Amino acid sequence: MTDWIDIAALDDIPPRAGRVVRTTGGCIAIFRTHDDRVFALDDRCPHKGGPLSEGIVHGHAVTCPLHNLVIDLHSGQAQGADEGRAATHAVRVEGGRILLDARLLQARSAA
Amino acid sequence: MTERLVIVGAGMASGRMLEELSERAPGEWDVTLFGAEPHGNYNRIMLSPLLAGETTFDEIVTHDADWYRAHAVTCRFGETVTRIDRARKVVVGARGEVPYDKLVIATGSASVRIPVQGNDLPGVVGFRDLADVETMLATAQHPGARAVVIGGGLLGLEAAAALNARGMKVTVLHLMGHLMERQLDASAAYLLQKELEARGIRVLCNAHTQAILGEGRAEAVLTEDGALHPADLVVMAAGIRPETRLAVDAGLRVERGIVVDDHLTTSDPDILALGECAEHSGVVYGLVAPLYDMAVVAARNLAGEAASFAAPEVSTRLKVSAVDLFSAGDLEAGEGAEEIVFRDPARGVYKKLVLRNDRITGILMYGDVSDSAWFFDRLKTGQSIAEMRDVLILGPAGRGAGIDPLAAVAAMPDDAEICGCNGICKGQIVAAIRAGANDLAAVRAATRASASCGGCSGLVEQVLAVTLGDAYAAAEPAGICGCTNLGHDEIRRLIRARELKSIPAVMQEAGWTTSCGCATCRPALNYYLLAEWPLEYRDDPQSRFVNERNHANIQKDGTYSVVPRMWGGITTPAELRAIADAAEKYDVPTIHVTGGQRIDLLGVKRDDLPAIWSDLNAAGLVSGHAYAKGLRTVKTCVGANFCRFGTQDSTGLGIRLEKILWGAWTPHKVKLAVSGCPRNCAEATCKDVGIICTDAGYEVGVAGAAGLELKQTELLAKVTTEQDVIDLTAAFIQLYRENAAYLERPYKWVARVGLDWVRARVVEDAAARKALIERFETSQSVYRADPWARQAQPGMQPVKWAPLADLTLEAAE
Repeated sequence: MTDWIDIAALDDIPPRAGRVVRTTGGCIAIFRTHDDRVFALDDRCPHKGGPLSEGIVHGHAVTCPLHNLVIDLHSGQAQGADEGRAATHAVRVEGGRILLDARLLQARSAA
Repeated sequence: MTERLVIVGAGMASGRMLEELSERAPGEWDVTLFGAEPHGNYNRIMLSPLLAGETTFDEIVTHDADWYRAHAVTCRFGETVTRIDRARKVVVGARGEVPYDKLVIATGSASVRIPVQGNDLPGVVGFRDLADVETMLATAQHPGARAVVIGGGLLGLEAAAALNARGMKVTVLHLMGHLMERQLDASAAYLLQKELEARGIRVLCNAHTQAILGEGRAEAVLTEDGALHPADLVVMAAGIRPETRLAVDAGLRVERGIVVDDHLTTSDPDILALGECAEHSGVVYGLVAPLYDMAVVAARNLAGEAASFAAPEVSTRLKVSAVDLFSAGDLEAGEGAEEIVFRDPARGVYKKLVLRNDRITGILMYGDVSDSAWFFDRLKTGQSIAEMRDVLILGPAGRGAGIDPLAAVAAMPDDAEICGCNGICKGQIVAAIRAGANDLAAVRAATRASASCGGCSGLVEQVLAVTLGDAYAAAEPAGICGCTNLGHDEIRRLIRARELKSIPAVMQEAGWTTSCGCATCRPALNYYLLAEWPLEYRDDPQSRFVNERNHANIQKDGTYSVVPRMWGGITTPAELRAIADAAEKYDVPTIHVTGGQRIDLLGVKRDDLPAIWSDLNAAGLVSGHAYAKGLRTVKTCVGANFCRFGTQDSTGLGIRLEKILWGAWTPHKVKLAVSGCPRNCAEATCKDVGIICTDAGYEVGVAGAAGLELKQTELLAKVTTEQDVIDLTAAFIQLYRENAAYLERPYKWVARVGLDWVRARVVEDAAARKALIERFETSQSVYRADPWARQAQPGMQPVKWAPLADLTLEAAE
């Protein structure tokens, strides 16, 4: 069973925007989409490491701010002809709070 | 022996359960029914029509005194239940105890009273029961009475529409970005808002209620932006809360609602719960269909049958007369899901289906819900729609029927109107085509069809295709992105002609094929809207590229460059010292002098941006907009002040120009230069606007380039005063702002429209020039401001700039 850590309120992220959670293993981008779904991905584009959290969010995808790769928020997979995948992490919303997979703490601090 | 059944709550769920129980197990239970309201069960979902005056209370009563008598139900209406004593198995009411063998809790839910000052003033009501409706109707009787409805969800909008129908002036304050965000997407919500506004209801989204004001009773609602909304009545419709107090006090398991299993039994085997107060598999239901399902299951269990409740698919309709809206299932376009979007701008229709594995999993319809039952049936049964995928959105009519749009156009009579703006019929277009107009542009020139708002361009093309047959080579769809077939010009024309003032409005009226656009069209629409409606449109940061959202240039390693403005390339020791101090304080690794005569601090960490701006602001430095599709720099030489060849005050003019133009958003970046003599040390002849000073005055050149292409400026005009230069420049830039495509540099735009066309408006027509300057100034009254100063305000920082959370510290423990 997954343990969860409460990281923030859903309303701390505007709709169609991303924000960052710092972990010892690097930054995680948390996205809130137009329909209030929340996704967590490594904040590094698989192409050249661009900060995905700063990209334009459209539908359930984000366009990397550096070179416009479009990353699917569910799979982390680059869309279209591009290749590469950003790691995704378990995240959910409960009672207006964003909960992130607590294993991110342990796994990353051990690494 | 009959067993004793006590029911707490005389609402729709328990009413339905009693009906079912009396059929399945007549006489087996000795029933006592508690109800907080002074009367029995009525059809609560008809409160909206009751409020609107479309029905009467007698018509919505479902169980009257005769019914209860005939079914031997002991009624304890208007009596509060104070507690449940589980050890003794009694319910304690205000007028005495009642013992039970089985207890059913059906206490429903209550309106959430948002925690603001004044929420308990007289005149503040929820919208849950008959008493609320009576209070509202009493207020609505006063001529000119005003109501504020807090909450733009299902309930709030029904109340708003009903009060509006009763003649009240109604304002809806909705916390979220669009109405009914749980059931609708932005496109459907746009149509709904438009309809409500057309009825005279004011709708304000992103409205945070701060307090309800009034002496002795509610008089006004104050929102966070400082606006005061007068109100004789305040309706709280910001959500409902399951009424669980009795269950909590009795020690039953309660999460959001009273937790029940598949048999609707609570954590106490002798107590059941159903209706809006119950939580099953983590879900609390608020719609009548699942609540009736619960009622039947509960009755069957009480009658000794084994019955289970299973989570049903639910659908939503808004009970507002003449608003057709249907929402069901999961509307997220998730992984493996695809959207089919259909829009008919002319009829105000929007339909979206979400498909997963060839099955319908979500339905949203606005404006035309005639096929909703057909779609909902397919959603519930989960049948494959693979074979009808292409025509699915057309509903049952799409199956095999004539869906060829060309056939429909061919069948139109000659007097059928194609272009509503200009009143052009099909026959006139066909005549023009027969006379030689063989493409859209030619038809537009010959007939004016599609020349105004452009909404009928597709239809005109279909007439071309039908008339010319194979001879017509349809133009490639020249849409600005994959979301639309419309080009930049057509979109701008539509925004202007139809007065569209939001991104969802454009997407609906222009028939976007996606529900929320993409990274290409959203920044373009955001620009077009702010350029067209500077005073009304609110900039959408989430439709901006990172640099414009963060007011700094992102670098390849994710750091930023910071460039303060140096007006006309002039600086002072104090400014240089402030820049040097900031560079040291924030460990700026690289300082570079730019080609635009200013200083670039490269490698600034994102989190340091507000602080470095604040420091630079303190020294009087503002954003240089080095990141913007907007005015960048005005380069100058030192001119007549120092140079022995200088003819005019080129630095002074450069600074004046920069002070007028800064902060303006443009389709692409704009760079200027002013050279003090024809030797042109400021390199003015490769700028978007370049001014060369001469002994006779000023030569204003435009449309130069020194990027991917190299191009000299072309002379717009020779003038004699600085004010002439400023007027021409402002007018030229405004013309560019109003007419160029997003991301089209001025030199490309001028090449496209022709310098003569530009000169006719900017130079030759004084009235047109004056109007352009006035529109530019209107826009600048909003945008001539330093974004750094705003972002560096302490209030902005935690909201936007800090990480959402920092887990590195916790991990170290």
